Amino acid sequence: MAIESLAGIDQILEPSAGALLRRRVFGHAGFLIGLVIILAILAVALLAPVLAPYDPYDQNLSQRLINPVWFDNGSWAHPLGTDQLGRDYLSRLIYGARISLLIGTVAATISGLIGTSLGLAAGYFGGRVDMAVTFIITTRLAMPVILVALAVVALAGGSLQVVILVLGLLLWDRFAVVTRSTTMQVRALDYVAAARATGCSTLRIVLAEILPNIMNALIVVVTLEMAQAILLEAALSFLGLGVQPPLPSWGLMVAEGKEYMFFSPWVITIPGVALFTLVLAINLLGDGVRDLTAPENRS
Amino acid sequence: MSAILEVEALDVKIPLAHGILHPVRKVSFSVARGETFCIVGESGCGKSLTSLAIMDLLPKRAQRTAGRLAFAGTDLLGLAARRMEDIRGDRMAMIFQEPMTSLNPSYTVGNQLEEAFLRHRGGKRGAARERAVFLLEKVGISAAGSRLGQYPHQLSGGLRQRVMIAMALMCGPELIIADEPTTALDVTIQAQILHLLAALQREFDMGVVLITHDLGIVARVATRVAIMYAGQIVETGTVDEIFSRPLHPYTQGLLRCIPVPGRTRRGEHLGSIPGLVPNLVGEQRGCSFRNRCPHEFAACAGSNVALKSLAPERAYRCLLSPAQCATNALEAAE
Amino acid sequence: MSGAAPGTRPILETKAVACRFMVSAGMFRAARPLHAVNGVSLSLAKGDVLGLVGESGCGKSTLAKMLLGLVPPTAGEILYEGERMAGLDRIAIARGIQPIFQDPYSSLNPRKTIGAIIGLPLRVHRVGAAADVRRKVEAMMDLVGLARRFYGLYPSQLSGGQRQRVAIARALIMRPELVICDEPTSALDVSVQSQILNLLQDLRTELGLTYLLISHNLAVVEHMATRVAVMYLGRIVEEADTATLFATPRHPYTQALLASVLTPEPRLGLPDIGLGASFPNPLDPPPGCSFHPRCPQAMAVCRSVAPRPLADAAGRVECHLYDEAAALEEAS
Repeated sequence: MAIESLAGIDQILEPSAGALLRRRVFGHAGFLIGLVIILAILAVALLAPVLAPYDPYDQNLSQRLINPVWFDNGSWAHPLGTDQLGRDYLSRLIYGARISLLIGTVAATISGLIGTSLGLAAGYFGGRVDMAVTFIITTRLAMPVILVALAVVALAGGSLQVVILVLGLLLWDRFAVVTRSTTMQVRALDYVAAARATGCSTLRIVLAEILPNIMNALIVVVTLEMAQAILLEAALSFLGLGVQPPLPSWGLMVAEGKEYMFFSPWVITIPGVALFTLVLAINLLGDGVRDLTAPENRS
Repeated sequence: MSAILEVEALDVKIPLAHGILHPVRKVSFSVARGETFCIVGESGCGKSLTSLAIMDLLPKRAQRTAGRLAFAGTDLLGLAARRMEDIRGDRMAMIFQEPMTSLNPSYTVGNQLEEAFLRHRGGKRGAARERAVFLLEKVGISAAGSRLGQYPHQLSGGLRQRVMIAMALMCGPELIIADEPTTALDVTIQAQILHLLAALQREFDMGVVLITHDLGIVARVATRVAIMYAGQIVETGTVDEIFSRPLHPYTQGLLRCIPVPGRTRRGEHLGSIPGLVPNLVGEQRGCSFRNRCPHEFAACAGSNVALKSLAPERAYRCLLSPAQCATNALEAAE
Repeated sequence: MSGAAPGTRPILETKAVACRFMVSAGMFRAARPLHAVNGVSLSLAKGDVLGLVGESGCGKSTLAKMLLGLVPPTAGEILYEGERMAGLDRIAIARGIQPIFQDPYSSLNPRKTIGAIIGLPLRVHRVGAAADVRRKVEAMMDLVGLARRFYGLYPSQLSGGQRQRVAIARALIMRPELVICDEPTSALDVSVQSQILNLLQDLRTELGLTYLLISHNLAVVEHMATRVAVMYLGRIVEEADTATLFATPRHPYTQALLASVLTPEPRLGLPDIGLGASFPNPLDPPPGCSFHPRCPQAMAVCRSVAPRPLADAAGRVECHLYDEAAALEEAS
């Protein structure tokens, strides 16, 4: 049963969404670079047993501190040289990728879950809930993260699990703040009122109406926190209160190499460059994903 | 009355990722001192961009070309940016739609008014303040002296718009371009603001270009009217001619869409214009209105339709003859 | 035509309903009350189109939210089909009362497809299986004049008028009784506005709907509404059926509103409204009649005593000018 006013309402304003997306993805240099690097590092991490020429824990004290291949006395047997205990550096670097990625993702996930839940509650309910959550956030912001992390690790012992847990439980504040403010903005929009008027339950509104629309901002926060977790772990390991040797964490590699900094600077530079590249790639990818999925870009 | 503003073949092009957007296409008109020239159109017709193009306030990516663009005889096209800045705000002023975002929330009203004056006239702050108080009283704000120290958020919408008008007048402009000046205001305030503009125009003998989508406002304040559609002017005339003898099918359609208490019969359908505005990216062939026009025929899709001039200030852009247009209007009214 | 036969119960009724917000005035001062809605009594019969007019700050949007059950009243009560709304669960209210909002750009979730948006009420109320839902959504799209291929598109790909049709489809898919239209066409172009108004009229006849039409555009209200209520600073100052209100407005505010409608008639020039320039502050309303600072016919009594609501055959009005008791006092 058609109504008279149907005439001529036929025009879609734009070419297909798929074609537009493809066009934009391949035009976004930052996203592609970040994606390629991350995929490469991920591949390296996953294929570590296949790619690494040696066991990263294999010590060979007669082969200590051999220079990498670009020096005169380097050789392709150890392309990145060996460290002070004769372990092949390339293999340690490759296995170190696993640790960094693991820490980044798991810590960001834990802190994301905590922070987003708190932020959603504060932003959606407002009032006393908001006051309580804001208090919690302020308390957390008043804490010096490194010192707290150090203290906890000193008490509980340094290990990969403890470090991840500590970082996850400490780095949620930015999630909470960003989620809270974006939730408050979205909450005021008409489509949330319409969903409430339709009879949607609170949970459904929060998950289906609000969360997808704040994802954009959260993606940026996820990448920032991942990067921060990775760097913090490196710092903690450097201070001796992170992951314990002989794990091939890049931060630990920097720590262990600092004694040889002036003679064999590549011992620190190589893991340093690796950290830098990973963090840069994560940020580029995050920015790219946010740009590409912004709803304004659909038309 | 000589022309204070002359616009000939004004064109604005904006290069986009998937083509060139052509939102203002060969727009020509002129405005004399003492007259109110209304540009009417719906969203996307290019009326706001036209005013920005005249004031040279387009975004960087936009390209403006024109056959002639002159203000009080001075050519604006080749003018250096600095010289344009001197004219803008001084002899040519603009009033925007949203007074809250056009006024800087961090500065007092008095500060902003005085700055507008000092930028162009220099001199002492005392003189600027006196002029500010004078104009605030002219626009109907009581206790003007104490208002100078207030911030925009402390004023209501109607008051803010009056402050905007006062700011536009600080340097005694010869031309005011007002872009939807009352759209964001309540209807009782709207009438007051329009009265004010008319009174000030008479007193200072200014030319006013009023851009709006509201045909009611146009009917009550305009001297001459231009109807814009899809970047082009499709009809011009005096306000009487446009409302009693509309020629272009779009103008006729618009007039039928509006409910008028006492005239449109309650419970019946309003007139409507089916369809959507065409995409203005890329080459445009034929009449832009043809996919929505009830009188479309084969030739409409051919080459572009030129503006037909019936009298010095009366023109329309349609292949139909004036007699046919008049007949169409009568038939539709039945 | 003003609605159902006398004696039938109104669909929606409010009894002196009020909504008071506490607005903080800074760190060291107590919060002040803002009476957004200050004792409103309305009743909507089936088939009515009640036009609610008023300017910004009069409380009409807050009233709309209360009628949808989204904001609880701080005083008075709302009765839906004779039952107290406070006692009904949100699903029951949602089945019967639905909104259409003003801004087509913020009333649709930009992350959902058109089909998902229109189909949401069906899923919330658990009506039918997935294929069923799709069929119903497509039927609704036909009814409101949306091409079926919009089903998988996103709101950002649609024009303002098309989005408003989506909002209408979503509101009507569960066949509610009452639709609260909060400025449904104010954000649309004139040519699109008439399409949407025509659509709303057709749907009202087709589906037997009742509308509460909130608008500041009096020409639109005159065209669509059967009865009109005028709101000022949280109270209804006049109510009558449309023809009567537009022919003989009684309250000075109504007269000013009607005078300020600019019809497209060239010879008439600009109306002289005669309202003062002092704008009401809802946080600090004037004593007595809240309209007196702007009223061209204010009397001494208006400054101190709030007017009583008076009802008669022509409708309702709250003004000392029509109150004989006040007139007596004035004369004495």
